[in-house]
Amino acid sequence: MLKDSDRIFQNIYGFKGSGLKTAKSIGDWKNTKKYIAKGRDWIVDEIKNSGLRGRGGAGFSTGMKWSFMPKETGGRPVYLTINADEGEPGTCKDREILRNEPHKLIEGALLAAAAVGACAAYIYVRGEFFREGEVLQRAIDEAYAAGLIGKNSCGSGIDFDVHMQMGAGAYICGEESALIESLEGKPGQPRLKPPFPANVGLYGCPTTVNNVESIAVVPTILRRGAKWFSSFGRENNLGTKLFCISGHVNNPCIVEETMGITMRDLIDTHAGGVRGGWDNLLAVIPGGASVPMMPKNLCEEAIMDYDGLREHGSGLGTGAVMVMDRSTDLIKAIARLSKFYAHESCGQCTPCREGTGWMSRMMERMVTGDMAIDEIDMLQDVTKQIEGHTICALGDAAAWPIQGLIRHFRPEIERRINDRASRLSGQAA
Amino acid sequence: MSSDSSKAMQPETFEFSAKNQKKFNTIFAKYPKGREASAMMPLLDLAQRQHDGWLPRAAMDHIADILNLAPIRVYEVATFYTMYNLAPVGKNHIQVCTNLPCWLRGSDKIMSVCKEKLGIELGDTTNDGKFTLSEVECLCACVNAPMMQINDDFYEDLDEDSTVAILESIKSGVKPTPGPQNSRKGGEPEGGAKTLRDSKEAN
Repeated sequence: MLKDSDRIFQNIYGFKGSGLKTAKSIGDWKNTKKYIAKGRDWIVDEIKNSGLRGRGGAGFSTGMKWSFMPKETGGRPVYLTINADEGEPGTCKDREILRNEPHKLIEGALLAAAAVGACAAYIYVRGEFFREGEVLQRAIDEAYAAGLIGKNSCGSGIDFDVHMQMGAGAYICGEESALIESLEGKPGQPRLKPPFPANVGLYGCPTTVNNVESIAVVPTILRRGAKWFSSFGRENNLGTKLFCISGHVNNPCIVEETMGITMRDLIDTHAGGVRGGWDNLLAVIPGGASVPMMPKNLCEEAIMDYDGLREHGSGLGTGAVMVMDRSTDLIKAIARLSKFYAHESCGQCTPCREGTGWMSRMMERMVTGDMAIDEIDMLQDVTKQIEGHTICALGDAAAWPIQGLIRHFRPEIERRINDRASRLSGQAA
Repeated sequence: MSSDSSKAMQPETFEFSAKNQKKFNTIFAKYPKGREASAMMPLLDLAQRQHDGWLPRAAMDHIADILNLAPIRVYEVATFYTMYNLAPVGKNHIQVCTNLPCWLRGSDKIMSVCKEKLGIELGDTTNDGKFTLSEVECLCACVNAPMMQINDDFYEDLDEDSTVAILESIKSGVKPTPGPQNSRKGGEPEGGAKTLRDSKEAN
């Protein structure tokens, strides 16, 4: 188990309150000026060397992303946009940062801004997080009042503003270019890329978009060093990470652990084990709704990091582990996710707009077995036609859970179809 | 969005209250000059809060005027996002999450308790205008499932009894305490945190 002293989020449960005094007592805002003074290249290199990969799901190197930001902008301002539009089913880590450790996020924003030359940060918080937004706004006000941000932030010579913007209930705004559209006062429909936000982002200016957790870990990484952070986990999968363990476990919870902890260790040590014991496990969705499920036999040895879960045809995603025991109707579970994607499709690309609704209706029929066996193949085929054929990844995300179900539980689907057929023929006879 | 079926309820005009107009400066100060359209979502929210939780057409038109935009630009935003209600809602908007993590922990029961207790079906409003019942997509409080949102607050770690108690409390005019309805404070495991029991400076 990760030692408490190596946990970045010392107040993730909110036992201490969320104010500046608490934040300072756990080390936030300590010597921030010193790290800014080391310059943007130093910050970018340190974050690159730490191995930090984006914690919002895609897992792209944060330092690398920052290094793509242009140094010459022709007088255009540069923006940092922080994605607090948490919405991936199973994921509830950014909420805890917003309401319990807001100062880590604001300090991280300042350091990230120093790394990319940003004049302002917009923190886009999902609209339903009204109370979390209140806490964050209080923390922003405190930071301004203490001179930590604003003119000459922390005495560093940098002028840097932090603004909070509330969303209004659209999962798609968690996609970076949809988030930018929304910030500009438009429907959240993803943009075609290129151009990428690093060149043409918010208001047509160079913009970097980072997840809340990715930004909030930056101050601690700079203070304790890239070497410290990269001493956890294995190559390409370094550092510590917040995990959300939900569903059929005895004690659902959030916990910060080292990358590369085994799934079983994570569930047993922190979440009190699977309800009814490990042998009662049926399947796990290990990284939020958008990654394929893993049946129990794959969970035995699974390692909770990017490569470890990819090896098993799934992914780390946001680190949201949804546990399903043997009482679960897996077909119904995936049908529920299909309904979610159909609800959240922005309607822009035909394969996604039409496909998510079609898949959801097929999944509803599958729940009752009201389907022909060869329609399973047709459904699989349609998921493949949606995947990769849309502007953003929502189409992929809608396709993968169904593919995971068919890959691992096809006999169960066929059984349900056959059971219904024999029930009906029995009635007929 | 909610359905736009309440033409009879549409007021002729909409004005922001003096108190809300005072908030304009803070809102517009966030955006660079010439980028005032960014204020659209905050203004829609402000209008909805002023107008009993829903957005009449007149409010959208008024916001289009303020921002100097064609009304369609406001309509397309108001109809895109689910949190803008385009028809009246009850004083207490009960939104029960039924997505996977909540469903795994019994959201079906929470939903049926709400229906039974309020005597309405999904999407309906009680005759006294006190409650509207909706289904909502994942609100990201998954380790505290099942949960529901009532207006601006999350009620988490629900069971049938605590759900009944919350609804009864609202009926009697007392706002129930938000957050987990069991012994938890937040995202720590039930029965007490196993980590960070003695948290210190980590840096």
